Amino acid sequence: MISARGLTKVFDGYEAVAGIDVEVQPGEFFGFLGPNGAGKSSTMRMIACVSPATGGDLRVLGLDPVGDGPEIRSRLGVVPQEDNLDTELSVWDNLIIYGRYFGIPRKVLKERAASLLEFVQLTDRAAGKVDPLSGGMKRRLTIARALMNDPELILLDEPTTGLDPQARHLVWQRLFQLKTQGVTIVLTTHYMDEAEQLCDRLVIMDEGRIVAEGSPRSLIERYAPREVVELRFPDEHDRAAALETIERHGGRIEALAERILIYTDDGDAHVDRLAADGVRTDRVLVRRSSLEDVFLILTGRTLDD
Amino acid sequence: MAAVAEPLAPVVDRPSRRSTGALRVVEREARIYQRLWKSSVFTYFVGPAMYLAAMGLGLGGLIEENGAFTGDVSYLQFVAPGLLAATIMQTASADSLWPIMGGLKWMRSFHAMAATPMTPGQIIAGHLTWGAIRVTLSATIFLVVAAVLGAIASPWAVLAIGAAILTGLAFAAPISAFSATQETDSRFPLVMRFIVLPLFLFSGTFFPLSDLPEWLQTLAWISPLWHGVELCRAATTGQVVSWAAMVGHVAVLVAYAAVGLWCGARAFRTRLAA
Repeated sequence: MISARGLTKVFDGYEAVAGIDVEVQPGEFFGFLGPNGAGKSSTMRMIACVSPATGGDLRVLGLDPVGDGPEIRSRLGVVPQEDNLDTELSVWDNLIIYGRYFGIPRKVLKERAASLLEFVQLTDRAAGKVDPLSGGMKRRLTIARALMNDPELILLDEPTTGLDPQARHLVWQRLFQLKTQGVTIVLTTHYMDEAEQLCDRLVIMDEGRIVAEGSPRSLIERYAPREVVELRFPDEHDRAAALETIERHGGRIEALAERILIYTDDGDAHVDRLAADGVRTDRVLVRRSSLEDVFLILTGRTLDD
Repeated sequence: MAAVAEPLAPVVDRPSRRSTGALRVVEREARIYQRLWKSSVFTYFVGPAMYLAAMGLGLGGLIEENGAFTGDVSYLQFVAPGLLAATIMQTASADSLWPIMGGLKWMRSFHAMAATPMTPGQIIAGHLTWGAIRVTLSATIFLVVAAVLGAIASPWAVLAIGAAILTGLAFAAPISAFSATQETDSRFPLVMRFIVLPLFLFSGTFFPLSDLPEWLQTLAWISPLWHGVELCRAATTGQVVSWAAMVGHVAVLVAYAAVGLWCGARAFRTRLAA
């Protein structure tokens, strides 16, 4: 569905995307995971054929975005990062008019709008305006809008950023439902749980480059020890004293501003050893490694940085 | 493939053709206008009625009493086409400033369109087409009001609608292109104050250009409004002094519109890709 080789994007001398290779297969749920400014959105805009690539080779649906932009766009569903619903139109008209941009007959659009509003649970808001909708509703409406042309490939840029947990789960459910119907979906996110739950395969991006690629599970297995011990300290003095002891005990250590992470294969045993050696802390958490840890290990930074 | 639980009817969708893309924008605008048309049409009536009454009847009466205006037509008939072109200029200009910024930045509706098969050129062409439709409506209403007040001297006045459309495009296209290059609307009031307003006053709208010093008369040649006024006036008074001049007026207005559209399409392409 998507094939990129050495893809670059340069804005005013700044290299937002620094030569990435990506292949997305039909039916895949594919993710770009990375912090803000990693080049995810720039990549998505090139795939969506709204922003031309500066260099490299890009094919979308087997076509060249340079010459076949309108043809490719007619087969894509795009959910942009910034809401751009039409505030001058009703919820219903947002779907119909957007569908008209694709030149689809009104009769077809009416059927699709009705079933898509059902799908995103907004049927009762059809006649209403867009502005009073909550963030989650707007995002669902944008997803419905992106499906009006029955796309072969759906691109979602940070689909749940700014949503509360409940609204996120509702969006995830819908995306998962689309996936089971065989639609190819590509999303960007800086939430590791989102990538972990939804994506079959993902790439981790940092500073315009791909630093790792694989399924969420294989990435964790490859780059992170099985468990993580998280330690928080009441004050700076305790922390400094503890850090010395912790370092003596080995394991991979990431000293972050508000906590210290120790990567190890047996977290509980490690905690016991530290306690026996006099490390006192008010809060200890032992958990399994996640994609966030993979990112931290690969880049030395957290996704929120 | 079906995207929702119930399978959708299979339909072969072709990307919209070059020629029809702009009409999709018109469809959107028309849908929005369905809610607003009553108040908008009311303004189209009231605006010209007030201007014509004040300028034509009030000021015109005073001027004619003093014998300051001599011509084959009354002052009302002289000033009516000027007011027509000038009103069109004002609306077309304002509609090419803030709404363009709205579509590109505030509400981002142009960005939504750019994600569909529509091209940036089609989007701005559609915006201008809708503007031309509104000009047609407001010019028609203006002419009806003017005819009722006795400000129209010739049945050729219907051609003033075409002249009004050209005038509108000669402003809308270049100003839209300008708006698409701006990051904020801070310069927009300046456009209205230092371009639109002086043109309004010094383009042969209220008095013949020959009353002005020679250097200002030459300057009027670059004013699209003057060319629009001359065309409208020829139509509503039925008096054509020189056909060559008429062709010249049309050519200048078309040139403004064409260059504006070209620059606008470029600016939209850059802006929507950024």
